[in-house]
Amino acid sequence: MLIRLLALIHKEFLALLKDPRSRMVLIVPPMIQLLVFGYAATFDLKDISYALYNEDRGTASRELVAAFDGAPAFHRVSTLHAEGEIAPLVDKRAVLVVLHIGPRFSADLQSRGSAPVQVIVDGRNSNTAMIALNYVRAIVDDFNRAWIAAHGLPAPPARLETRAWFNPNLESRWFFIPGIIGMLTLVTTMLVTALTVAREREQGTFDQLLVTPLRPGEILLGKALPGFIIGMVQGTAILLIATLWFKVPLLGSLSALYAGLALFLLSGVGAGLLISSLAVTQQQGLLGAFLFMVPAVILSGFATPIANMPTVVQTITLIDPLRYFLVILRKVFLEGAGFDVLTGQLWPMAVIGLVSLSLASWLFRHRLY
Amino acid sequence: MSVARKRPLRGGGLMRLKGLVHKEFLQIVRDPSSIAIAFVMPIFLLVLFGYGVSLDADHVPVALVAEAPSPDTADFFASLESSHYFAPLHARTLAAAEQALREGRVNAIVHLRANFAEQLRRSDGAPIQVIVNGVDANTARLTQGYIEGAWGNWLARRATGQGQALATPVQLEQRVWFNSELRSRNYLVPGLVAIIMTLIGTLLTALVMAREWERGTLEALLVTPASMTEILLGKIIAYFVLGTGGMLLTVGLAVGLFGVPLRGAFWLLWVCASLFLLAALGMGLAISAVARNQFVAGQVAIIGTFLPAFLLSGFIFDIDSMPAVVQGITHVIVARYFVSIVQTLFLAGDVWSVVLPNALALLLMAAIFLGITWRKSRKRLE
Repeated sequence: MLIRLLALIHKEFLALLKDPRSRMVLIVPPMIQLLVFGYAATFDLKDISYALYNEDRGTASRELVAAFDGAPAFHRVSTLHAEGEIAPLVDKRAVLVVLHIGPRFSADLQSRGSAPVQVIVDGRNSNTAMIALNYVRAIVDDFNRAWIAAHGLPAPPARLETRAWFNPNLESRWFFIPGIIGMLTLVTTMLVTALTVAREREQGTFDQLLVTPLRPGEILLGKALPGFIIGMVQGTAILLIATLWFKVPLLGSLSALYAGLALFLLSGVGAGLLISSLAVTQQQGLLGAFLFMVPAVILSGFATPIANMPTVVQTITLIDPLRYFLVILRKVFLEGAGFDVLTGQLWPMAVIGLVSLSLASWLFRHRLY
Repeated sequence: MSVARKRPLRGGGLMRLKGLVHKEFLQIVRDPSSIAIAFVMPIFLLVLFGYGVSLDADHVPVALVAEAPSPDTADFFASLESSHYFAPLHARTLAAAEQALREGRVNAIVHLRANFAEQLRRSDGAPIQVIVNGVDANTARLTQGYIEGAWGNWLARRATGQGQALATPVQLEQRVWFNSELRSRNYLVPGLVAIIMTLIGTLLTALVMAREWERGTLEALLVTPASMTEILLGKIIAYFVLGTGGMLLTVGLAVGLFGVPLRGAFWLLWVCASLFLLAALGMGLAISAVARNQFVAGQVAIIGTFLPAFLLSGFIFDIDSMPAVVQGITHVIVARYFVSIVQTLFLAGDVWSVVLPNALALLLMAAIFLGITWRKSRKRLE
């Protein structure tokens, strides 16, 4: 029986790796994608292009402008001389932020102690707009603190002292790179599993497989193991890139991380084989792969937090294995978590994996087409 | 094979094309998965994501700790409790609050020390300790901003209560254009339209050519008077009609169901979406023609479409903040141009200086992909 199984696994590996283009597709893109996506996925703005419209000639406005020009994230691309120049510049996305200082700014600041400054932000991408506004606010706050100290004004009765745990500089890359590891692993399991049974069904070789002495459980194992092994090897490689190249701190227990990876692969392979055994043609298998993969990624909490979703959608995310794996990745990487904190994330993936694998193996014989 | 190019009658071209388009439609109708890609997938994905995807945090769980509760601490906490941005949770000790933060039950802690009331009346002021969970840096920043807002309101309220003016020298007046309430759904839904259409366009055609090569039906077609150009044209027309149906559906849902304002002209959106659809269909056909085998074509489609469109199109992540090399790579992502167009057409209006260059880029991409398909398909004949 073991020999039979080994032969089957050997055949499955051959089917995957025999075609040089297929081999390429499995090995090269995930590495490149981690590098490219790792640099692309960040909410930290590095180059905010802004325009200045300063109607004031006083020293105070010059100091404020100097604060913006000195900030590394801001980059002045144009200086305006009329209000009418603002709209065309923002419309064509030449600038993200416009800083408008009125003619009485310095005078008001000296005589009345306060003066308004107008900030216009392009809200087409509201998240970028919000982050840019936060940056502007931080510069103005610093300016205000310095102004209060220099002019002997009364300090506010209470001040905020903020610290961030686990990610002291609030680098969003540390949050996204563990997420990308999860996404790429999911894509690989889909690649290896979603089309296999469908291809054999389409070519008629699956019927041949079914009349051999192999039992459905053995066929299942033969189909599942290559995905599992390739996923493990690739997962290890991208973990290495994340820690050695991107220097994301890996603080927690490596064994808990691998337990999470193994169970996630189990559930991913299960979902892929279930899709594949439901499909009669490869076109249907491909459609199924996307109908699973796209929601699994978008609703996993990768970029938009699950807590922001309505309750119904939050309930749907409970069957998304990526949701649990992302929590494990982030907690192990950044919070230094071990098994004790993660059991609540591990068992749902095991359940999803076992249910989908048993359904797939049942469908091998019972799917009519 | 030279028969393929020697057409007996030039005038029969249109009729042959009609026949080819008819054949494609028959194939589409017989395999329900194409219909599902064009009509079921957009509805399913857009409804799910339109409701599910949001970057606006509401009711952020925050632990409030006062070591010595007093009217002053209660007064400060009231400013957090009255805001819909927070779901406050009172903790007795800092240790209990830290445990809650570690377990993920709260996103932040606001901690007032025992001498808060006393320090409040001294000249250097009282410190308010805030701890945020920094793992999700974006949510952490948002939470921090909300707490600062509540703090500012409290300071202003307290100053007016004591009959003083608040010392804030420079006061920011912020104007957010095109999306004044900063509703993230308004920019995410148009972006999703672009992502979903990338998938529809590519998936419809990714396996089509490969399937015909694999089954040998393309050779059968080539011995008829139909030329390769006509065969390709037949496929493009059929799937273009199908894809346009899917596009109208997604745009209709975005405006009708999610209330995203469409400030630009509908006809312009239609033209740009058609160009984009052509480029996406071309990408699918090119994958199919290069791979020549359904399994590999399917794998390339899985790797090459969704994640690049999701991460590199400017849909979520700002392209200007990426390193120059990565910014260069985004130029080969078809969705990038369309995301820029839809965000502008939906929220800002007909800004030609944004729409025109991006539309030209789409046209160029469509031409490149269809050119690759044409060349790769012809090469097989020789």
